[in-house]
Amino acid sequence: MQEYIINGLLIVVALLAVILQCIGARANSGMTKKQKVMLWRILAATVLLLGLQVLGAAAFDQLGAAGRWVRLACYLVDYAIIGYDILQKAWKGIRNGQVFDEHFLMAIATLGALALAIYENGDYLEAIAVMLFYQVGEWFQSYAVGKSRRNISDLMDIRPDYANIERDGKLEQVDPDEVEIGSIIVVQPGEKVPIDGIVTEGVSTLNTAALTGESLPRDAKAGDEIISGCVNMTGVLKIKTTKEFGESTVSKILDLVENASSRKSKSEDFISRFAKIYTPAVCYAALALAILPPLVRMFALGLDAGWETWVYRALTFLVASCPCALVISIPLSFFAGIGGASKAGVLVKGSNYLETLSQTKVVVFDKTGTLTQGVFEVNGIHHSEMENAKLVEYAALAESASSHPISKSLQKAYGKEIDRSRVSDIQEISGNGVIAKVDGHTVAAGNDKLMKRIGVDYINCHSVGTIIHMAIDGKYAGHIVISDVEKPTSKQAIRALKDAGVQKTVMLTGDAKQVADQVAQDLGVDQVYSQLLPADKVEKVEALLQEKPEKAKLAFVGDGINDAPVLGRADIGIAMGAMGSDAAIEAADVVLMDDDPMKISTAIKISRKCLRIVYQNIVVAIGIKLICLVLVALGFANMWLAVFADVGVMILAVLNAIRALFVKDL
Amino acid sequence: MKKTYKIEVDCANCANLMEDAARKTSGVQNATVNFMTQKMIVEFAEGQEPASVMASVTKACKKVEPDCEIYL
Repeated sequence: MQEYIINGLLIVVALLAVILQCIGARANSGMTKKQKVMLWRILAATVLLLGLQVLGAAAFDQLGAAGRWVRLACYLVDYAIIGYDILQKAWKGIRNGQVFDEHFLMAIATLGALALAIYENGDYLEAIAVMLFYQVGEWFQSYAVGKSRRNISDLMDIRPDYANIERDGKLEQVDPDEVEIGSIIVVQPGEKVPIDGIVTEGVSTLNTAALTGESLPRDAKAGDEIISGCVNMTGVLKIKTTKEFGESTVSKILDLVENASSRKSKSEDFISRFAKIYTPAVCYAALALAILPPLVRMFALGLDAGWETWVYRALTFLVASCPCALVISIPLSFFAGIGGASKAGVLVKGSNYLETLSQTKVVVFDKTGTLTQGVFEVNGIHHSEMENAKLVEYAALAESASSHPISKSLQKAYGKEIDRSRVSDIQEISGNGVIAKVDGHTVAAGNDKLMKRIGVDYINCHSVGTIIHMAIDGKYAGHIVISDVEKPTSKQAIRALKDAGVQKTVMLTGDAKQVADQVAQDLGVDQVYSQLLPADKVEKVEALLQEKPEKAKLAFVGDGINDAPVLGRADIGIAMGAMGSDAAIEAADVVLMDDDPMKISTAIKISRKCLRIVYQNIVVAIGIKLICLVLVALGFANMWLAVFADVGVMILAVLNAIRALFVKDL
Repeated sequence: MKKTYKIEVDCANCANLMEDAARKTSGVQNATVNFMTQKMIVEFAEGQEPASVMASVTKACKKVEPDCEIYL
């Protein structure tokens, strides 16, 4: 009965090898030369083994006394075809002092089984079949890993291959690396924008899905800034480059994603340390299994030693113990997780951050630009001592050097070109405001703290918003109310975080208490700290870090402007709206390409899924291994079961790892 | 100085071994092997000539993993 099963298996392997060889012949199969050669070897060895099995021992007996040795020679040839490289590697390993590796395990196990078979003139099949199935397993592993590695890389590949430059009225394709700053490049419909720049001519819509995971197209027209990595969809665009290729968004992102898996997580470290201890331990255990029980039987119990049984069990033990499933599937899971996240517009800078993200229990937000749009509008001007327009003009001029959103909105409200020559002696007081000389007048524009600082009486405002008090030449001149708008998804995002298992949400802001409390209440944030200077934010985060239990991690979400120190101090820093912002990409550990706060919970869910898969793989792989080892040691399993358990667990683990790539429905 | 090299290696464990070997090579400050992207990032110690250091890195890697390939 067993014979039929084995022959059937061999036929299946042979057919599979032929089919795969045909697939491999296609140009885009992605099979390496090594894999193809291996397939031929598997095919040859299988057919030869099948032939020898069908012929049977009886056929060789007709040759007389030499028959036994002829048969042995045939099997040895087969063994050499399928296993010579394993023997070679094991030998090299021993010579280089790397004794205990999987090749060594396989070489010892199969050679041992062969030796037992020669001694008994019995069943050579087992040693060869074990080697054969081990090689088949290795082949599938290398193919599956290679294929998924390529799939994930392709997915992340937003690298443009060329840039079009117009020369003498003709378009010429050049290497994007060679394009100098200030050159005009042409991007046709369907092409990727290769380099960051400003549109000089043309109107089109851009697909930013590769960068943000968002499928809503964006419009681009002359004068717009445009970032590399977007796909031009409708019209021809002429772009004046503002950066070199190496400094462009697309290169930065690629660099980041490609180096992400170099930062190893604790689980990965655990596995590589585990593998270093595990293999020698298993070898010694096998040695003990081969020697100790027979000795005990012989001397203590007075029974027959049964050397063959125990040596065979020890060899099986070795086959069953290969750690490949673990070693390969853990980094693959993380890689797939990072790839899947980048598909959703979430860049994770390393496996370690993915791990931390999954343990996030406290999320601290910056308000402006994170939960609110950061687009301020002038909503009112009160108690003005002069014309409203004049007050806004002074404010806009005083704040003209600042990149803070508030100054932008003042400039917008002013509506005219800013003449910088009218402003001098700009003095920026962090968290307070600005003092500057405008047209010879000393203008102070800022919050109540600034007014107190310069000793000017101010009138409190009852409206909710950012209040900019103005003092001109030391006299109070009224205040401007600027308010911010909440992002439409903020409320939903906070709720989604709670659903995803985040225990506490905290909002930090430099804004007035009134505004902050209002926003916090609207959105359902648990705690709010207002009127903080940038340095206070770091302090608050440090206090929150102390408060929380050791295992729970704290994430800080900001827009990357002004909050780099806080991003660095938190267990994990998340920057959002990073498209085109180098500072945010550099400071944060996790980068959300667009500014939708819903992405925070998506990122946490992706990380949870990835880590779940990692733990599943660790538990299942080690668990099945241990069960197998116990079964083998007790004599309940033979080498066949051992090799199938090894290959089976490995394939399961690799398939499970690939699941981390799918991030659609979480 | 940091340089990135394309490599070819079949298994994750072998990549770990290569990483260890490269780190132990003299003239190398730090080295990371990224199995998934098939890349080796070598950080050279001050005043070292990358070409000669890489020759010994390749040799050390071939020793632990005969099948590996480093494209210089």
